[in-house]
Amino acid sequence: MTGLRYVYAVCRPFRAPLQVQLTGIGGAPPAVLQHHGLVAVVSTVPEGEFSEDALRARLEDIDWLATTARAHQGVIDALTTVTTPLPLRLATVFRDDSGVRSMIEAREDDFRRALDRLEGRVEWGVKVYVESEPARPAAAAPARAASGRDYLRRRRESTHAQDELWQRAETFAQSLHERLSGRAEACRLHPPQNAALSRATGRNVLNAAYLVRRADSEEFVETVDRTKDEAPGIRVELTGPWAAYSFTQEFAGNATGAGEGL
Amino acid sequence: MTSPGGFPQPSGSRFPEPYGQGSGANLADILERVLDKGIVIAGDIRINLLDIELLTIKLRLIVASVDKAKEMGIDWWETDPALSSRARRDELTRENAELRERLARLEELEGGRVPKEAP
Repeated sequence: MTGLRYVYAVCRPFRAPLQVQLTGIGGAPPAVLQHHGLVAVVSTVPEGEFSEDALRARLEDIDWLATTARAHQGVIDALTTVTTPLPLRLATVFRDDSGVRSMIEAREDDFRRALDRLEGRVEWGVKVYVESEPARPAAAAPARAASGRDYLRRRRESTHAQDELWQRAETFAQSLHERLSGRAEACRLHPPQNAALSRATGRNVLNAAYLVRRADSEEFVETVDRTKDEAPGIRVELTGPWAAYSFTQEFAGNATGAGEGL
Repeated sequence: MTSPGGFPQPSGSRFPEPYGQGSGANLADILERVLDKGIVIAGDIRINLLDIELLTIKLRLIVASVDKAKEMGIDWWETDPALSSRARRDELTRENAELRERLARLEELEGGRVPKEAP
């Protein structure tokens, strides 16, 4: 066989079958590999794309990376609806099934501990954006200023308005984060996102992840929804439910360098 | 790859509908999770993603394919003063030109005033 084994996640055995039309990376259907009372969700990937050299080059290709990341997330997403998966980092690849089995044996205690802790919980992402300042004709306005003093005053006012919005956004984000933390079991603050990749408008001032019990999720979502019209010029965005990606850091062996991202 | 209809639905649940995921999911949301989070296990294929942090990847991707990036509307590195020395230069040049213009106008005003004030 020329294929390699790509592992998406480790979970406890689950009864619900994976959807027949579910596809993973490269369109291959994911399969379940059961071992020592745990299951690894795997699919076959071509060696031409996933050998070390090939992979290093592919990771530089934004189209390939985007497609692969979406496919990986698609499988994790499907698993999240039927069980509590421990999502593995993108591109965890073994030569064959026996490699996957050895990995499960080597880490089974860690997997069980993490599964116990995350069982029945999902991750919600909450981002706060400051909307861009209202489009002002940057070049035209100063030119029309009647005097230098007038020009400086206008500039000061515009800067002042923006400062005020920022301050308000910061206060809002902090109070929202406190409220949501109260409804979550754990939380993580991620670095703000760059608009180039997210294609979102405005500037990202809060990028947080919350670990919430499934049973408490409805209430959590409602809490977020209620804040949406609270503050003009400030936008709240909710994503999820995600598998508990942001809460696997304490997993043994993840300690080095896997802290707070960028 | 994924379509919103392609996921199994939780049966008869009060579980909230997914927000912001599916085929339209923000790429940054997905990348920050699948690249930067998740459990790290050394597979048979060794690739150290820890060395390639998200920003580095973005920059390297963009530098590797500037035309493609521009096509996608990704050009922030050109205008972000923190990342581009050219942007920094442009910002200073713009500010300088603006100030010079102001100064010229002020001098003009002063110039017009001086003869009137000096009898």
